Amino acid sequence: MEAVLKWLSDNQQIIYIVILMIFVGIEVIGRVPSVLHTPLMSGANAIHGVVIIGAIIVMGKAEGDNYMALILGFLAVVLGTLNVVGGFVVTDRMLEMFKSKKK
Amino acid sequence: MEFSILTLCYLIGSVTFIIGLKMLSNPATARRGNLVAAAGMTVAIIGTIFLYRDDESGEKLHNYIWIFSGLVIGGIIGTLAAKKVKMTAMPEMVSLFNGMGGACAALISIIEFGHYAANGFKNTIHLELGEQTDDAILSLGVQTGVLITIFAGLIIGSVSFAGSMIAWGKLNGKVKDFAFKGQHIVNQVILVTILGLSVFLIYKIRASVGAMDDAPQVALNIAYISWLFYGVLALSLIYGVFFVMPIGGADMPVVISLLNSFTGVAAACGGFLYDNKVMLTGGILVGAAGTLLTILMCKAMNRSLLNVLIGSFGGGNNGGGGGAKKDQGAYKEISISDTAVIMTYAHKVMIVPGYGLAVAQAQHACHELEKLLEGKGVDVKYAIHPVAGRMPGHMNVLLAEADVNYDKLLEMEQANEEFATTDVVLVLGANDVVNPAAKTDTASPIYGMPILDVELAKNVIVNKRSMKPGYAGIENDLFFQPKTSMLFGDAKKVLQDLIAEIKNL
Repeated sequence: MEAVLKWLSDNQQIIYIVILMIFVGIEVIGRVPSVLHTPLMSGANAIHGVVIIGAIIVMGKAEGDNYMALILGFLAVVLGTLNVVGGFVVTDRMLEMFKSKKK
Repeated sequence: MEFSILTLCYLIGSVTFIIGLKMLSNPATARRGNLVAAAGMTVAIIGTIFLYRDDESGEKLHNYIWIFSGLVIGGIIGTLAAKKVKMTAMPEMVSLFNGMGGACAALISIIEFGHYAANGFKNTIHLELGEQTDDAILSLGVQTGVLITIFAGLIIGSVSFAGSMIAWGKLNGKVKDFAFKGQHIVNQVILVTILGLSVFLIYKIRASVGAMDDAPQVALNIAYISWLFYGVLALSLIYGVFFVMPIGGADMPVVISLLNSFTGVAAACGGFLYDNKVMLTGGILVGAAGTLLTILMCKAMNRSLLNVLIGSFGGGNNGGGGGAKKDQGAYKEISISDTAVIMTYAHKVMIVPGYGLAVAQAQHACHELEKLLEGKGVDVKYAIHPVAGRMPGHMNVLLAEADVNYDKLLEMEQANEEFATTDVVLVLGANDVVNPAAKTDTASPIYGMPILDVELAKNVIVNKRSMKPGYAGIENDLFFQPKTSMLFGDAKKVLQDLIAEIKNL
């Protein structure tokens, strides 16, 4: 019990962020029309590409002679960039089609 | 100063993610929303590269060449892939990119674990001692919280990666549905093993830090722990494969959405690990939004999430059997020229686009047919089922690509009100969304799913390539009803022939 309370008070800032973000996430897309489910999924997909920041930190911290970390980190950066760039471009392409309503 | 600017960058990132996601949920602002989020992401990434300083050593990042070449290579491949992909292949692409994110999260965990293992699971912390110039270095065991995050990132990331790859293969048609008896039990056993092994390893690592005197013993311990760590990785990958393998057909989008939210959580684990708020907020935001999106999609198909995950109706073992054996009677075929006549002299035509149209990329031909009929004074509209196409909303994207006017697209409820006054319904490669069994047959696996009531119209013309059942693997009574005529062939070819025929009338 004491350990749990200590953990709560040590990490309270993060716990607050997590709880608030869960509500924000649910609230923000609460009443989205089914028309937009695919682009929204794809857009959210691009946003979780934020994991690339972790990949950059890992890569940037790796020692110059630790080839295992360098190679894996490099791979992580490439994959993370794919996720971010690909995700945003694909979403943009989909949404571009919604825009043009001539006539 | 530099550090505060980085904090500002992360703040901008987090806020733009929220605003971007909010704007994405409205058709009018969606495109701008996507750009807003992308801009925020760029700020956060560039800020990290140039301003990040290690908490403990205060060092800046190095290996810039590696980082930039990674960014350039990933950027080029990502842009090309995203630009080249056909609109109909969108679900595969989303799944593939999602898998990349999951793999990225898992790799981070692997590297960080290797890092800690090399140090004997000790953390060296620099303590600044008041006004004294020297720093004191303190050795501490790795915190349990850090270990939990590393394991969580590893497990969730690799499940998401392996699952997404299978989903990608399935949507591509390269991987077939596969299920064996008791698979759910096997899956649960794997999951429990993964969790149990992780708890054991975390406990073991904590214990091994205490016994630091005996160097060879510690080295042995670390080697043993590392092997088991890779065991957890392997099991997580296997679990990801088994998890998605039996799920088929119309349920795939739900799974992709679920894996999407998994990757979000995996990214958030990275946020915990580096105490990085933008990763944390971005990850949790997507995790929460993705979970809700998953539930919304399930609702659109009138199924529960649990049902999707264990009910696997695409497997064919339970679904196809009962329906196929039933004597359905005969179906009636119709020729292109008859179809052309019926449609030209109708007052009101309703087009029901489905998977067949998406696969044949017939959206442009479809729009052409619509314009042609309009020119002859026929009222043409489209009835869009929420899960038409290959993903929710996918059909709207396809038709928008072909410049179909937005006002012509009717949602399911609207369309159902209009079928009774419709002369001809043209079903283009849709199966399950027009299957009356969803309303009448309680034994049917799709029972309860809201469908388009096309049988209310005076004539129903169904275009399919063959009599093979659709995604859900069940027969459709609609095809055998007296009002219904079958028009066999590839959707695009049939539409083109139809257009030529109508022009000749």
